[in-house]
Amino acid sequence: MSPSIPLQEMIRAIRSARTQCEERGVIQRECAAIRAQFRQVDNGGARSHNLAKLLYVHMLGYPAHFGQMECVRMIASPRYSEKRVGYLGAMMLLDEKQDASLLITNSIKNDLAHSNQYVQSLALCTLACMGSAEMCRDLAPEIDRLLRASNSYIKKKAALCAVHIVRKVHDLGELFAPAARSLLAEKNHGVLHGAVVLITQLCERNPEALERFRKTVPDLVQIMKGLVISGYSPEHDVAGISDPFLQVRILRLLRILGRHNETASDAMNDLLAQVATNTDSTKTVGNAVLYETVLTVLDIKSESGLRVLAVNILGRFLLNNDRNIRYIAMTSLQRIVGTDHNAVQRHRGTIVDCLKDQDASVKRRALELSLALVSASNIRTMMKELLLFLSSCPPGAQSSSCQRHIPCGRKAGGDVRDETVPNLIQLITNTSELHCYTVHKLYRALLTDISQPSLVQVACWCIGEYGDLLLKGECQETEPSQVTEDDALDALETVLQSHMSSPATRGFALTATMKLSTRITENVDRIRSIVSIYGSCMDVELQQRAVEYNALFRKYDHMRAAVLERMPVIEKNSSGHTNGETAGDAVKEIQPAAVKQTGPLLPQQPANQVCDLLDLLGGSEEPLQPSTALGLPNSTSTAGGDLLDLLGGLELTPLAPAPTVPVYEKDGVSLTLICEKTSDSGMTVTLTASNSTDSDISVFTLQAAVPKSVQLHMKAPSGDFLPARGAAKVTQMVALNNPNKVNLKMRIRISYNTSQGSAYQDTVQIDSFPGL
Amino acid sequence: MRFLLLFSRQGKLRLQKWFTPISEREKKKIIRDMTSMVLARQPRSCNFLHWKDLKIIYKRYASLYFCLAVDNQENELLALEVIHRYVELLDKYFGNVCELDIIFNFEKAYFILDEFLIGGEIQETSKQVVNRCIESSDMLQETMEEYMSKPAF
Repeated sequence: MSPSIPLQEMIRAIRSARTQCEERGVIQRECAAIRAQFRQVDNGGARSHNLAKLLYVHMLGYPAHFGQMECVRMIASPRYSEKRVGYLGAMMLLDEKQDASLLITNSIKNDLAHSNQYVQSLALCTLACMGSAEMCRDLAPEIDRLLRASNSYIKKKAALCAVHIVRKVHDLGELFAPAARSLLAEKNHGVLHGAVVLITQLCERNPEALERFRKTVPDLVQIMKGLVISGYSPEHDVAGISDPFLQVRILRLLRILGRHNETASDAMNDLLAQVATNTDSTKTVGNAVLYETVLTVLDIKSESGLRVLAVNILGRFLLNNDRNIRYIAMTSLQRIVGTDHNAVQRHRGTIVDCLKDQDASVKRRALELSLALVSASNIRTMMKELLLFLSSCPPGAQSSSCQRHIPCGRKAGGDVRDETVPNLIQLITNTSELHCYTVHKLYRALLTDISQPSLVQVACWCIGEYGDLLLKGECQETEPSQVTEDDALDALETVLQSHMSSPATRGFALTATMKLSTRITENVDRIRSIVSIYGSCMDVELQQRAVEYNALFRKYDHMRAAVLERMPVIEKNSSGHTNGETAGDAVKEIQPAAVKQTGPLLPQQPANQVCDLLDLLGGSEEPLQPSTALGLPNSTSTAGGDLLDLLGGLELTPLAPAPTVPVYEKDGVSLTLICEKTSDSGMTVTLTASNSTDSDISVFTLQAAVPKSVQLHMKAPSGDFLPARGAAKVTQMVALNNPNKVNLKMRIRISYNTSQGSAYQDTVQIDSFPGL
Repeated sequence: MRFLLLFSRQGKLRLQKWFTPISEREKKKIIRDMTSMVLARQPRSCNFLHWKDLKIIYKRYASLYFCLAVDNQENELLALEVIHRYVELLDKYFGNVCELDIIFNFEKAYFILDEFLIGGEIQETSKQVVNRCIESSDMLQETMEEYMSKPAF
């Protein structure tokens, strides 16, 4: 058997091992030697260093359970060095779950009564570290005895041992209460600290004890005053603060005693104010004490002046250079933002600045606090900041912050500007993993309240886009709820029919309903009926959409799935403004074959001037709202190429060659229109007039007006005489150039003389041009 | 306090003190979690972390990370002071303490810790008192050993 090497040698050997394998070899050899040594009955003085070696090996992560019995034996040894290592081993290898721990109870009991205080302290320390409930019950009377009659060195340790006992066996709290009370009169800081901790533990566990210990508030206040004002004690001074550890513990105890109790809180008001103002806050120590003071002030029934002082201290913390202090300031503000909202609002600027901090923990806290501070008055600035923050966030953090952003959107209310809606929608499309959660949350928001237009618009859009996720029902981040197709359609119908919905919102809802037709399976008929109802709606926008969607059902059903596919991720516009406008314009020009039959007929103009037409046209042209523009999905790209091309292609197929569209029919005079695209921005419109009456029509002229940016050139008509009974037709070509790709409308004034000689005039507006 | 861990920058454990009863497997897992979490932190970040329902306070001194886990209602800034106090005690005892001192004299590090904290609470707030006690204990040990004329370790 190789001679065992001293501890330090072994450590050196292990450290110099170059590979894991080598290290294991060394350790195995040593452990074998140690085991052999343990088996020897009498080993002389080598026992302690063997155990020490074992403990080192244990710390490296290797098994050391065979040392447990050795610990028990060492503890029982009369030698101090062996006891020391034995107790250390007990604390490291034995815990209350091991059977061997019971074996040391007797040794501990003996050592608690030892003449040497260092031996006593070993026993106390070990009991406080790993004492099981049984051991605690056995030894509690001993501890109590030590609490009363011993030197301060032992008293302070006994106090903390008592804390451990009370944690393990709650009932024994009663036993220690009187001793604890008397310990408060001690001068020794260690003992005082132990006493305060013990009292705190008793009060936390037992409401009766709490009542009784309230009487100690004046004593505690006295002790604190002594620490704060008088007495520079070099022994306990830390950077100018006298015993900060004791101060913090006392403040914590005062917090527990003053909670929900007026008298106790009153008694400590002055002291807290004093601590708050006198404590030097240049070092961490001072800030630790101030922090505890603030927590206490906010938790007890303090007077309002003191509360304001506390919040101001937190405000100062927010401006501190030290990141740690900013972090805890925000944590504390988070706790009180519910109750002292106005006070926290004053520091909103600083909090929002913290969103730009480098540290992730600080940023997260700032985000939570900012969301809590959002209110109707500051929503615009806050939303801007939050959106900026979200866009600069790394993707992982984005999803969690989006989750919290959405309930915030609910708070936004009617005040939100239009550009927030497309921005929020763009954000939602970007966080694909959250689609399910988002649509569930928004659906529920829609059920509760449909008065806020922006929220309703976003909700409708999401239900339309992600309706399949809503109906699937399972979602990780929110409670599962079964939403049926009928439920979803009901929600959208409510929005459509509500008088609170603006036309834009209803547009969203109608489009969402249409999109659902491809995402649900059973209620397609219901959707068709909803859509066709709105085909005769008074609102022009809704009517147009409804008629188009109807056409999509009737004539282009094979295209419906492609048209209503899921939208791609919306690219962010560089200016950050609404993405909708450019998309909307292009989309508006794409019209399915069915054209509105009844455009609003303008009242007849007595003056026969073209410029009148133009004025009227210019005047009634509405600026495109971004929200409505988003309504018609940008599905041109998903359909694999321009829908333009698709429909343009249709022109060539036998299905629908250059369709002849009737645009006017009155008193036997009818006008039809054929559109042909000649270039990217140019087109030719051929107007054909015919007369089905029994009398001839003469001096038939057409005048046309288009929106300002469109160029118009009317070619010479084929004639101006319309014979009766459609014997012949008059055609006129109009060349149009639409470089800005604005929404193309044309107003045509028809004037002619009847056979009786009376002059007749009428105007018709054409909003949709098929074949474009 | 729930536990105190000291580990090197390579994640090697130098000291572990557990203030609540935990199984060996659980201890190993916690050590793994702590080392990976703390070592992954950026140099200039906040010293506070959240882990399960505990607050983790860590501080780096030269090549050693001191990691302390406390309950949610504890004062984090004070925990930083506790760590600092322990480092000061080690420094006074070893004289300009470095990691090697703690490696080769780990049992002394534990003894010092046991004079400063008991059951997860501070037992003595004065540095001088703690130092005096450790010196006295060491004297006691040496006296006994001299008497027995055998080296301690």
